[in-house]
Amino acid sequence: MKPLPPALRIEGPVMLLIDCPNCGPRAEIEFRCGGESHIERPGPHGQVSDEAWADYLFYRQNPKAEHRERWHHAAGCRGWFNVARDTVSHAITHVYAMGASASQGTPE
Amino acid sequence: MFVTSRYSAASLIREGLNRQRGWTPAWGEPEPKARYDAIVIGGGGHGLATAYYLAKNHGIRNVAVLERGWIGGGNTGRNTTIIRSNYFYPQTAAFFEFSLKLYEGLSRDLNYNIMFSQRGMWMLGHDRHGMEMLRRSANAMLLNGIDAELHDGAAVRKHIPGLNDDPRFPILGGMNQPRGGSARHDAVVWGYARAASALGIDIIQNCEVSEFLMENGRVLGVKTNRGTVHADRVGMAVAGHSTDLGRKAGVRLPISSYALQAFVSEPVKPCLDTVILSPATGTYLSQSDKGELVIGAGLDMFLSYAQRGSLPWMERAAAGVVELFPAFSRLRFLRQWAGIVDVTHDSTPIIGATPLDGFYVNCGWGTGGFKAIPAGGWCLAHVMATGESHPLTAEFGLDRFTSGALIDEAAASGIAH
Repeated sequence: MKPLPPALRIEGPVMLLIDCPNCGPRAEIEFRCGGESHIERPGPHGQVSDEAWADYLFYRQNPKAEHRERWHHAAGCRGWFNVARDTVSHAITHVYAMGASASQGTPE
Repeated sequence: MFVTSRYSAASLIREGLNRQRGWTPAWGEPEPKARYDAIVIGGGGHGLATAYYLAKNHGIRNVAVLERGWIGGGNTGRNTTIIRSNYFYPQTAAFFEFSLKLYEGLSRDLNYNIMFSQRGMWMLGHDRHGMEMLRRSANAMLLNGIDAELHDGAAVRKHIPGLNDDPRFPILGGMNQPRGGSARHDAVVWGYARAASALGIDIIQNCEVSEFLMENGRVLGVKTNRGTVHADRVGMAVAGHSTDLGRKAGVRLPISSYALQAFVSEPVKPCLDTVILSPATGTYLSQSDKGELVIGAGLDMFLSYAQRGSLPWMERAAAGVVELFPAFSRLRFLRQWAGIVDVTHDSTPIIGATPLDGFYVNCGWGTGGFKAIPAGGWCLAHVMATGESHPLTAEFGLDRFTSGALIDEAAASGIAH
């Protein structure tokens, strides 16, 4: 079969295959994305400026590159974990535990 | 030999007799100049409308529209072309109603047939709570001075033939906005481009902004792959790419980018003469003038800059269509695509100034930017020309995220994300 012309070729997966730390690789529809990881709530309460609070609530990195995000295996083990995923190719580079820092979640 | 610059029935006849030799390109292809009075980044509907209204309403004609690819190749060419103003809060309702009214006169204003067909726009209610939401929505629209009609299930079936006789989710009623409808998306882009070009605006395609020139908190221009362009005023209308480009200007924006998918079926004879939205079954359906069923899906709820969309929504959207219209189960998909939409927390757009002096944004349209093109361009042009927000968008500024004065249409009109 002849290869498709570039315009018709789909680069990367057309659906996410997410490697749940508990259940192994499962289809995208079993999961819910919980948004950007490693966001810390500012404090102490009462001393947070409006700017810092707006930043915490509404402003996200939204990168056109690798993104650290939380996923929930809603239709599986119901566990949460972190994923590093490219927002252009959708390729998942690694999966790491909740509670790990971004640097801890980066392979050597 | 004469040249035809104005489109009309008479010019069609004349050019027919002239063997079609008098037609000229609808817009120019100039080289970028070193300096303009204003730059608009993004050659989609909003960017081109901004340039057109800068020239028409404010007399600022020394303007460049810089487009990375080709005009209308982004979300303006990737939506489901529905125009409506069924919003809830007074601010958003007034803004989108103004946009709808501009659309009503746009073909004449631009001398370009945008094929706006006001065929009505129905939202269906499938349960008691759905009907309560529709009643609330219709009342809000009427209070905002926008016509809306609430109908029972029998009236819905009378207006929309072909609905499933025995659906899993019964059709208890529907709300119609009779002046809603659809327009030809390419024609909106081409019409604005042609009209802007005629007023002296430079439309520069294949021109990607790589960097902003800034000094003492003021914008001075942009660097592009086609050279450096200076201007004291820069407007940006780049939808899903707003955060990425804004970052280059040192401006952070409270926007997340998601892929929104749509499909068309193979073309068939006219069979659906209105627009249908059924939130409960995930169906957004109309028929184009070419005969294709145009089907809108929902967002893939994870960040994406890939313009393709994911498979689960394709299945869900198809299931919704077949549930409402069993006869359409025989149709085949013809094309599928996705656009990268710019979602704000409250689903209300952001139009106005930024912390960088002279740099203005038009973004945050989420899944509903097409219907807002004329008003979005009108209001961005206003703030770029005068430095003051247009009254319609006075509350659409970036400051609302710090003050907390959100206009939460996400919850109020049940925008599906």
